[in-house]
Amino acid sequence: MRPVDAPFALTIKQNNTNRLHCLNTLAEQQGLQRGMSYSDARAFCPDLLSHPFDHRSLERFQHILSRWATRYCPWVGLEGQDGLVLDITGAAHLFGGESEMLADMRQRLEHAGLSVRIGIADTRGAAWALARYKEGIAPPGDMISALRSLPAASLRLNSQTDQTLQRLGMRTVGELSTAARAPLNRRFGTELLMRLDQAMGQQPEQISPLKTLPHYGVRMTLPEPIGLVEDVMAGTARLLERLCQSLKLQEMGARVLRLSLRRVDQESQHVELRLARPLRDAPRILPLFERGVDAIDAGYGIDQMRLEAVQIEHLPAQQISQRHGQDKAGLEDLISRLGARIGLENIQRFLPADSHIPERSFIISPVAYSEPGGHWASLRPRPLLIFPPEPIASCGTYPPDHFRWRRMALSTGRVTGPERIAPEWWFSDDNWRSGVRDYWKVDTQQGRRLWLFYTPQNPGWFVQGEFT
Amino acid sequence: MMTGSLSTVYPLKPDRMHEVCGPAAPSFAAVFAAQADAPFLWIREAWRTEQLLPAGFIDFFSPNNLLIASAKNLTEVLAVAEESLRSSVVPLVIMELSQPLNLTTGRRLQLAAKAGKSTALAIIPEGMGSNTAETRWHCRPLFDPADSTLQCWKLIKNKSGTLGVWNVRWSSSSRRINVVSEAGI
Repeated sequence: MRPVDAPFALTIKQNNTNRLHCLNTLAEQQGLQRGMSYSDARAFCPDLLSHPFDHRSLERFQHILSRWATRYCPWVGLEGQDGLVLDITGAAHLFGGESEMLADMRQRLEHAGLSVRIGIADTRGAAWALARYKEGIAPPGDMISALRSLPAASLRLNSQTDQTLQRLGMRTVGELSTAARAPLNRRFGTELLMRLDQAMGQQPEQISPLKTLPHYGVRMTLPEPIGLVEDVMAGTARLLERLCQSLKLQEMGARVLRLSLRRVDQESQHVELRLARPLRDAPRILPLFERGVDAIDAGYGIDQMRLEAVQIEHLPAQQISQRHGQDKAGLEDLISRLGARIGLENIQRFLPADSHIPERSFIISPVAYSEPGGHWASLRPRPLLIFPPEPIASCGTYPPDHFRWRRMALSTGRVTGPERIAPEWWFSDDNWRSGVRDYWKVDTQQGRRLWLFYTPQNPGWFVQGEFT
Repeated sequence: MMTGSLSTVYPLKPDRMHEVCGPAAPSFAAVFAAQADAPFLWIREAWRTEQLLPAGFIDFFSPNNLLIASAKNLTEVLAVAEESLRSSVVPLVIMELSQPLNLTTGRRLQLAAKAGKSTALAIIPEGMGSNTAETRWHCRPLFDPADSTLQCWKLIKNKSGTLGVWNVRWSSSSRRINVVSEAGI
């Protein structure tokens, strides 16, 4: 969404009614307010623009903002749904003092199109009160003078307590702080006094900063646009070095990497690299980029490069083995290169599966996402090739002496069997609807060795495989 | 036809491209792959309805060594084959072709095999061989009342030697091919 120059509101659905959840100053000037029903608002202001409120994108924005706020101090936490709380202890002087920091913050946020209310105080509670009821900076060590004239609700009280306090005539923080504590405690419980003490600094209150997730992206802006493949590869090498450093610190390996190249004309081009194994070894990854970078159209030149590990996996430090290390790495790199051409999922290996049904006696799984393993065994000879069953004209329970298959007249020489395989009733497989199968290995006089089966429950003969 | 000893032409000359056709071509490939004892690549086109059944290969090699690349079309098959031959990581690349190779592509594969020191084996439709192949074989199974591994291997092209015909049997206990005495049919 873009900023609009008209009355605008976000609506939220509550009890089957659309209500205004949030609105801009132009809308407020039209007499609209938060909590009003949307149809009323439209009546007041017919050209009101609106959009449904999206809780998740607000949350995402709050997180982005909190990451931005770490430019002021490292200790940034979330405050409710619409606020941030910063512990600027020991950080204000870096900006020339509290008021300068506040001005800087305000200027940057307003430049980004946000309206903000900021309060600075010794305690979290007092800062909360100031931000909401009287913007400014509280004098150090004297919270009471800053908060004295503010309403009692500025102590983060619930609405019921606030209402009762108003009925009792205790409207401001000043009145509350001079009142006797014991009756207050008896009347309202410990909550009210705790909030008061927190605001005054008599009780500690922590700020829990958000967990900073490590970010695996590096970028480089170039003073002059580049266009040669070698230059782009050299840039990629530098980015990769940095990225692999941070991957190594966290013991992670990249599975999918994306190199974004921004051209001078603002066009962006991407090279995506999917790896056969999680890697954080720059010299191994770099040659894999060659093919993708080759295909890039540099246009008038590239002036910004960004490399991001889109998908990462745990890659704990491993003992380097003398024997197999080199060989395996070569195979993995080959698979990555082939995967870039035909798709990583098209390079497959067989894994054994526990089933008597020939089609299900193995699993095909991508090499990149599986380890070879398992024990292969078969009690009876199996054909090299299988194909969808091809019917042949015959009857009887014993393999026919003569039959035609794929336009060849074949006569039976030697038969081995039968081997009865029953369908697995716990899978519904359309091919096995015809019931149990009696498999025969038939060596024909003509040479071909075929795998035939007979379905006694639905009489018919089929060829399913060839031994050769 | 003159028939020399099979050992002069088989095992196939390394670092070259070879071709095999005929109904028993897959088993020729399996027999040859049995000596690889390392992961090797089998490239197929995805549209083929026949499927390799790993249980059938147990007699020849461990299916754990078999890597399948399923490519969209012939161009991809050739690209994958060339890349993997050149990388010299896999000792053997088996590819199933559906069309004859022209001189350029055949030569490219031959050079890639030479550069990467790996062997290429193309399973081709009958009569669609390319001129660049080092050897071309025609394999068909033979009926034998006692045993079911008898095959007739016919060398129908050889760049550096004579042609020949051999009747061979696969011995699964020693994992090698045995020549049956009656040859030169």
